[in-house]
Amino acid sequence: MNPHLRASGSAYFLTKDTTKIERHTLSVLVDNEPGILARIAGLFSARGFNIDSLTVSETEHEKGLSRITVVTKASPKILAQIKLQLERLVPVHRVHDLTEEGKPLERELALVKVAGTGESRVETLRLAEAFRAQVVDASIESFVFEITGRPDKIEQFIALMIPLGLVEVVRTGLSAISRGPEGM
Amino acid sequence: MAEQMTGAEMVVRALLDQGVEHVFGYPGGAVLPIYDTLFQQDALEHVLVRHEQGATHMAEGYARSTGKVGVVLVTSGPGATNAVTGLTDALLDSIPMVCLTGQVPTPLIGSDAFQECDTVGITRSCTKHNYLVKRIEDLPRVLHEAFHIASSGRPGPVVVDIPKDVQFALGDYFKPQTHTDHKSYRPQTEGDLEAISEAVDLMLKARKPVFYTGGGVINSGPEASERLRELAELTGFPVTSTLMGLGAFPASSAQWLGMLGMHGTYEANLAMHDCDLMINIGARFDDRITGRIDAFSPNSTKIHVDIDPSSINKNVTVDLPIVGDCGHVLEEMIRIWRTKTNEPRTGAIKPWLDEIESWRKVGCLGYENSGKIIKPQFAIERLADAVRDRDVYITTEVGQHQMWAAQYFPFEKPNRFMTSGGLGTMGYGLPAAVGVQVAHRDAVVIDIAGEASVQMTMQEFSTAVQFRLPIKVFVLNNEYMGMVRQWQELLHGSRYSQSYSESLPDFVKLAEALGGKGIRCEDPNKLDAAIAEMLAHDGPVLFDCRVEKQENCLPMIPSGKAHNEMILPDTADIGNIIDEKGKSLV
Repeated sequence: MNPHLRASGSAYFLTKDTTKIERHTLSVLVDNEPGILARIAGLFSARGFNIDSLTVSETEHEKGLSRITVVTKASPKILAQIKLQLERLVPVHRVHDLTEEGKPLERELALVKVAGTGESRVETLRLAEAFRAQVVDASIESFVFEITGRPDKIEQFIALMIPLGLVEVVRTGLSAISRGPEGM
Repeated sequence: MAEQMTGAEMVVRALLDQGVEHVFGYPGGAVLPIYDTLFQQDALEHVLVRHEQGATHMAEGYARSTGKVGVVLVTSGPGATNAVTGLTDALLDSIPMVCLTGQVPTPLIGSDAFQECDTVGITRSCTKHNYLVKRIEDLPRVLHEAFHIASSGRPGPVVVDIPKDVQFALGDYFKPQTHTDHKSYRPQTEGDLEAISEAVDLMLKARKPVFYTGGGVINSGPEASERLRELAELTGFPVTSTLMGLGAFPASSAQWLGMLGMHGTYEANLAMHDCDLMINIGARFDDRITGRIDAFSPNSTKIHVDIDPSSINKNVTVDLPIVGDCGHVLEEMIRIWRTKTNEPRTGAIKPWLDEIESWRKVGCLGYENSGKIIKPQFAIERLADAVRDRDVYITTEVGQHQMWAAQYFPFEKPNRFMTSGGLGTMGYGLPAAVGVQVAHRDAVVIDIAGEASVQMTMQEFSTAVQFRLPIKVFVLNNEYMGMVRQWQELLHGSRYSQSYSESLPDFVKLAEALGGKGIRCEDPNKLDAAIAEMLAHDGPVLFDCRVEKQENCLPMIPSGKAHNEMILPDTADIGNIIDEKGKSLV
């Protein structure tokens, strides 16, 4: 290597974070105002945080509140930062780390389109029944299933549909809520 | 009682109701209605800048020297994008600022109209909060909320983007309400008493304590600086500060260690490294302060007082976090300390103070003076001496001169030092000085500058001339981007790639062309007289101080090193203090 091009120092002090990465589900209560999703997503990208899944929808119309469910992967130190940085945003009311507070109920909905004829069609229906997937559209050569459940169940169903003629999948992303009588 | 008026009138009225006296701005198509309203009143003074970046730095200087919110008014599109640097600067240094931007009329938003840009999209990540006001009904609330958010909690910049049709629309104006009931924004200002009490217990037991203070003390208001002085006196503990915190504690105090960090003093950095109790008040463990995180103050218990919960454990994991306003927490610390003892612990920590004294004796800020060439350190010392008894405010640009100002200019009071710490914005100092002078007409306001930085916003000298603001721009001219050159010398084999200031203007003629006074000095023996001439002139002065070209800014913690591995100047008397192994590092 040309010695002139060798890195000979930096203006910054770099250390490597070797702590274990954890996957957490956060619930964020926000004002339902224009730009709120960009604010949340922008915070994650600007600070280099991960988003595995993100869902958002208005939940309390009269108060104008939306609930955002974010699934993220980070070290415990960064997870604490993510929570504090989210809380710092003006339109954010509350942030709960559902994973930290106990095992939350987590559900996702997927629409799965499968095309096929003959024996594979029968097998498709049989599997759908086993997974409690509902047929929401059918034609002579295709089905659209609606399936809800934990993400791993949906992934398993999708994997099984691939050899049977999977055409396409849409997933809502994760919705999560804590167990027991307490609300957010 | 609601009063009906146009959106443009609401803007001016809201500014007046918020106690604003000065606005820094530049007109343009999308803010013409507001400028028309400004024309028809004389309660608000508008300072016309030459570039919108200048307006933002002026507002920063104004805010930082007064504690009030700095206000900027610019047009849509390029007006807003030019303000982005100053907004980011204010965000990183926690400066309260409200920036009003014009926007194309609401029906045209999204059509790539003339001078349209997505202002809220662009400024989302460089403001504390921002708003696009699409309905006249929301305008009064948003304007007042913007001031509340900018000035409370951890201060910061807030953008309010107002489409032109909203400025023309008629609506009901309401005066500011009390904001205790904001639905989601409620900064925590009072620290947890139990934690504060625990902090005092630690302070009563510590053998090697040090106060590490920051800009939070200054942002909290002058009372917080008073409390800091009181607590330091009560405890007898030594005090060091970040760049942003200079002035909160007087440089003339025997307990003062000087600034810490990359170009901090030997005694401050070694005290930080060897202490057993670090009391961080309003600082954020910035990387210029900590150096290598894994070698940062390895054996200390760390207390961290900060108004922003997200600052806690962000860079350095601390033992005792206290979320709250510095002023309030200091007051409680003093109260609790007094219930426990009335004696400073100077005697109990004497071995520690002696050790610090031995580090102080090294003389890390020593430099070899010259009778032929002006040394930059000497220039700042002479400047400081010349204004010693004056009401003085200092701003700086970014680079070597900035660090020399921090090292060699003794600050005795808060709100007297305006500098771009977090973002490191070259070109900050000249407009900031204009902003400071607007707030303090009779004070001596000096921008300690470098010849490279100052050229970035040089045009604002013309603003100073127009508004009869007698700022003094003291340029340490070494014909290099000095800090870049220094890093190239240390890290890149002295290959001075693009860091030589080629084709420099004749600063004296330039000052004269802009309507001010120019002074040049190259001789250390004539420096005092030239500085006196600068201070005596009742108008803006550009002082071209020709200094040693390749002087390095020392001491310095080089990259990847710890606090106890500083590079010291050749003049330092390291004597027996550093062992053989250590000597190879310095």
